[in-house]
Order: sequence, then C-alpha cells, then structure tokens
Amino acid sequence: MYENSTADRYFTEEHQAFRQSLRSFVEREMTPYVEEWENLGRLPRELFRKAGEVGIQGVLFPEDVGGSNGDFFMQVVVTEEMSRCGAGGVCASLGSHSIGIPPVVKYGSEELRRTFAIPVIRGEKIAALAVTEPGGGSDVAALRTTAIRDGDEFVVNGEKTFITSGMQADVFTVAVRTDPDARGAGGISFLLVPGETRGLQRHELKKMGWWASDTAQLSFSDCRVPASYLIGEEGKGFKAAMMNFNSERLIIAVMAYSMAQVCYEEALAWAQQRRAFGSTLSEHQVIRHKLVDMAARIDAARCLTYDIIWRHMHSLDPLNLYVARTSMAKVTATDAMKFCADEAVQILGGMGFMRGTVSERIYREVKVLTIGGGTDEVMRNLAASQLGI
Amino acid sequence: MKVLVPVKRVIDYNVKVRVKADGSGVDLANVKMSMNPFDEIAVEEAIRLKEADKADEVVVVSIGVKQAQETLRTALAMGADRAILVVAANDVHQDIEPLAVAKILKAIVDEEQPGLVLAGKQAIDNDMNATGQMLSALLGWSQGTFASELDIDGDKAVVTREVDGGLQTIKVNLPAVVTVDLRLNEPRYASLPNIMKAKKKPLDEKTAAGYGVDSSPRLEVVKTTEPATRAAGIIVGSVDELVSKLKEAGAV
Ligand SMILES: Cc1cc2nc3c(=O)[nH]c(=O)nc-3n(C[C@H](O)[C@H](O)[C@H](O)COP(=O)(O)OP(=O)(O)OC[C@H]3O[C@@H](n4cnc5c(N)ncnc54)[C@H](O)[C@@H]3O)c2cc1C
Repeated sequence: MYENSTADRYFTEEHQAFRQSLRSFVEREMTPYVEEWENLGRLPRELFRKAGEVGIQGVLFPEDVGGSNGDFFMQVVVTEEMSRCGAGGVCASLGSHSIGIPPVVKYGSEELRRTFAIPVIRGEKIAALAVTEPGGGSDVAALRTTAIRDGDEFVVNGEKTFITSGMQADVFTVAVRTDPDARGAGGISFLLVPGETRGLQRHELKKMGWWASDTAQLSFSDCRVPASYLIGEEGKGFKAAMMNFNSERLIIAVMAYSMAQVCYEEALAWAQQRRAFGSTLSEHQVIRHKLVDMAARIDAARCLTYDIIWRHMHSLDPLNLYVARTSMAKVTATDAMKFCADEAVQILGGMGFMRGTVSERIYREVKVLTIGGGTDEVMRNLAASQLGI
Repeated sequence: MKVLVPVKRVIDYNVKVRVKADGSGVDLANVKMSMNPFDEIAVEEAIRLKEADKADEVVVVSIGVKQAQETLRTALAMGADRAILVVAANDVHQDIEPLAVAKILKAIVDEEQPGLVLAGKQAIDNDMNATGQMLSALLGWSQGTFASELDIDGDKAVVTREVDGGLQTIKVNLPAVVTVDLRLNEPRYASLPNIMKAKKKPLDEKTAAGYGVDSSPRLEVVKTTEPATRAAGIIVGSVDELVSKLKEAGAV
C-alpha cells in the first residue's frame, strides 16, 4: 500500500525529514499514552509544549509569529503522522489551534498576534474556535451570540457548544454578532475572548468518541473584553469563517483516510495471523476482498485530497471548484473511514468489539468526522451550489 | 573547541531485515535507512556541548554512498553546523570496513583539527565496534569508549563508562576519541524550523580516493543466513496443564 517514503511532486526532502522526525515523536511521545489520555478526558499541557518545540503547532504559520511557513503538504505530513497514534481525540485537541488561531494570525492586530498567537504556536497556550451554538451549527449565519460595543469594550452574551479543547483553552476565537440588527451573515465578527474572562463558564460534555479531547459548552454572560480584541474588521467574520473552513475540511479529510489506514493496518496484521478453517483469514477470499476494498478507498481519498491541495497551491482552479472539491474530499475520506472502521471491526471479530483494539476506538470516531467541520449533508449542499447544480 | 561526529547510514532499526537470496548479505534495496542510533546519541551530545559553551562548532561526516547525504541533513536538522560527505561506494550493499573508515576519518581530522571526535560505539548493521578505537590508534590520541556520561574539564574529557561491574570514570587528555553508549542521552527530534534551516547549511562532498584511501573490502563474507525460526508457542489453560506440558517436553 502507498507508503509516503519517497520524495515526489508533493513531498520534498524537507517533508520527508519532518515525517521521519514526527514518526518517532508520535511513537514515543504519543502512542504509548493514548489510553491514559482517553481515560483522563484531556491532554496534558506538557504535550502541547513538546509539540510546539518540534514545530507541529506552527507548520502553516508565518515566521514572524514563530511558525515555519510550511506549505499545506507539510500540514498533511503532520496530520498523517499524528493520526498514526490511532486516537482522533488526541489529534483534534492538539490541533484545535489550527482552526482557532488562523483568524488571529491573518486578520488580528500586532498586539493580538503577539499576546495570543505566539504563545499558542510555542505550545505554551491552548486555543479553541467557538462558532457552533446550541441553536445550530450548520447554519453559521444564524448565530445569536452577541458582542455589543460599550465604550472601549465589547460585552458578550450567548452560548457556544461542542467546542474542542473548550475546557482547557486559554484563548477563544469566538464568532459573534456585533450588529444585532443585521440578520444573516452581515453582522458577524470574530472576537478574541481570553479563557479567564469573568462571566465565561465552561461545562464539560461527554462523548461517543474522541475522549482524549476536552469538549465544552461555553456560556458568556456580560463578558467584557477590550474592543481591540476584535479580530479583523467588524462584520467581516462570516467570510473569514468560511475561508477557515476549507483548510479545516482538508485536514479532516487527511485525518479520515489516515485513520482508515490505521484500521486497515490493524485488520491486515490480524488477518494474516489469525487462523480459521485451516488457513489464515487473509487466505479466505471474502476477507482478501474486504482488505482490497479498504485499500482502494483509502487510496482514492488520499489521491483526491493531494490533487486538490496541489492544484490549489498552484492556483489552477477557480475558488468555487476548490470549495466544491474540498467538500467532496471530506465526504469521500470520511466515507472511506466509515467503511474501513466497519470492516476492520468485522475482520477482528469479537476482538474488534473489545476495548484495546485501535479499530474499536476509531469505529466510535467515525461520526464526529461526518458531522464536525460541516456535516455530510452540508458538504453535499455546498458542493452542489458551487458546481452550479 | 570543534567536535567532529562521524555518522553512518544504516538500515532502520524498525525494519525487519531480510537476507538476500544468494546469501551475500542483507537486502538493502528500497529499504528504509536511518542514522545509526548510537551516532544520533553522539550528535545530540555534541550539540549539548555546544549549547553548554563547551564546544563552538559541530561538524558531522558520513562515509559511504551518496544517499548518506540524507543522514547528514538529519544531523544538520538536529543542530550540527556543517557536514562532510565522503563518497566511498556506489552500491548501497557495499559496506566500508572500520579500518578504511578510520583512515578516512584520520585524514579529515588532520584537515579539520577537532578537539574531540564523538562517535557511536558501534553501528547497528554490522556491530563491529572497532572504528573509534582504530581511529584513536591511527591518530595516537587517547580514547574513552562506551561513554554513559561525558564532561569536558579544561583540557581533559571525563568519561563515565559502563563496564561489567558498574560504572568506571576515567579522565583522558584532549584531543581524544570518545565513543558513546545507549544511556548517554535521549536525542532530540529534528524540529521543523531546524529542518528548514538545515537546507542552508554547508555540505561538502569529497571522495575516499581524494583522501588516498582504498575503501574496497578486505573481508570476504562467506555466508549470511536468517536466524532459525522459532516454533510457535502455545497458551496453556492452567498450571496443571503447564506442568504436564513441561514434563512431556522433558523440561522438568
Ligand atoms: C466532537 C465535536 C467537536 C466539535 N468541535 C467544534 C469546535 O471546536 N468549534 C465549533 O465551533 N464547533 C465544533 N463542533 C460543532 C460542529 O461543527 C457542528 O456539530 C456541525 O457544524 C453541525 O452542527 P449541529 O451539530 O448544530 O447540527 P445541525 O446544524 O443542527 O444539523 C443537524 C442535522 O441536520 C442536517 N442539516 C442541517 N442543515 C441542512 C440542510 N440545509 N439540508 C440538509 N440537511 C441539513 C445536518 O447535516 C445534520 O444531519 C464540534 C462537534 C463535535 C461533534
């Protein structure tokens, strides 16, 4: 099966070198502790610091905020390698800044970048993105949390939910309505809210999977933050949120096919060793075919994702096509993960139902990827409209 | 003080080694290769000496096929300052024997004049454990082998060695050759910013012939064989069953 071991048009020697470094980082600093973190319900802060040191947190960010200014394939390398630990919750929580911090880096003032982005990229602080509300997540333009200007402050009121790293985060990038009279996308802005702000309460949510990630419901009651914490221009938050979604969706696609591959590898190793009716499972045609179907879907999802990234990097397509294909890649990759997790558990038999196999965990992580970052349905709606269907 | 660290490109320690069909050696074509783990420890130690202001330059050198460049880039990404590649073979299957390596290293030491050569105690491919010792003999320098601790104290190196009965601490005059053992340190991960910087660090390319060293093998490999495969184990259900199985096997 496709092993990213050689430099090609997507991966240069630097990508390969970082992949190799990350492979040992994940093997030594992450995989052995996954079970412990899953039971703890959060990641130790020490892991963020270590990840910052290796450069994981700063891959895509410019050098002036401590990043490496890598291209998107460098992010692919990070997500593929981290996924090898077989716990999406670990990747999600460690990566929550990759959706939380880009608006600050791209549109934020020098003060915000210095005070908040730099420590997050160093791994000293944890950042989260808060868009979804109890009233609805897919329809971002309908969000109701308000931030009303009062002198040189904003006063925030409202609720956010399902927020990854929400219990531990030191910094929240919050989508708010700064103009309560504007309906829809127009009045939406991004506001930075420090974790210690008075009036901000957090409530921990229990989940089907992703246990190592702390997910929170947040309530803001009369939270006051300096007006200078507005990220970018007032009323321009919706467009920024939408742009942020494209890279998030590509990262989810990478994570989905990588998790699918972890399932495939576990199932393959098992099938080659487990015997039934006089031969190994992998010698039974039904099982062989399952394994090939798994490999094929992983390969297809990966090739589609690489191609989209590559064409986008070289500005080969109009934006609508990029958005449509990104949506389709998310669906294709999460479908591959759904299929592979299901078949892997099936191939493992009773063992696949037992805690302790990686496929069991990944099986419980399928749903969050077909919902988070834009649901399957929303992805198809978006692709349809962008393709002019 | 300048520190010279020789690094070898070897089969990755995670790879399941396969013997070539003709028994002439192990298959290295299209196999993942990495820096010899002991050399990684030596590079780490050299960088730590620099960080502690006890060294001012770390130069890494690799002798072998051209692809050893990747190994040198890894060392540069960890923090070494510059690299020297000595091409001594075209075929990835040709191993450069310790004496040839030591002779080339001696030539490089003569050129570079380092105050310390820090080497791995052995390479995990052939387990020769000879290069460091041969180099110190050729140079007429002191040596400290199997270091589990190292300190620089003026013009002396204090080397703690792991020996059968425990730890032995020796003091050797600099310049010296020190070979490092497993427990000396835990090598850092090459970080992305350092990988990017490594691109711009100098890497000089030389040849064994240029140093007047004949790197062709002097040893003849007669045969390479796979270790005997172990028979599969069995899981026993009870202590009684265990005892009866052991009796059957004549073990008790
Ligand atoms: C573990 C986890 C972590 C998350 N982390 C974050 C985070 O860090 N930050 C954050 O802001 N959000 C986060 N989310 C929220 C996530 O982005 C939302 O759950 C998602 O956008 C869907 O919103 P919703 O749950 O409100 O569902 P809804 O929008 O209420 O949708 C419910 C169902 O209706 C369907 N539907 C909605 N609209 C249409 C339509 N037009 N046509 C057809 N079907 C439709 C949906 O596809 C879905 O099946 C997280 C979610 C989870 C589960």
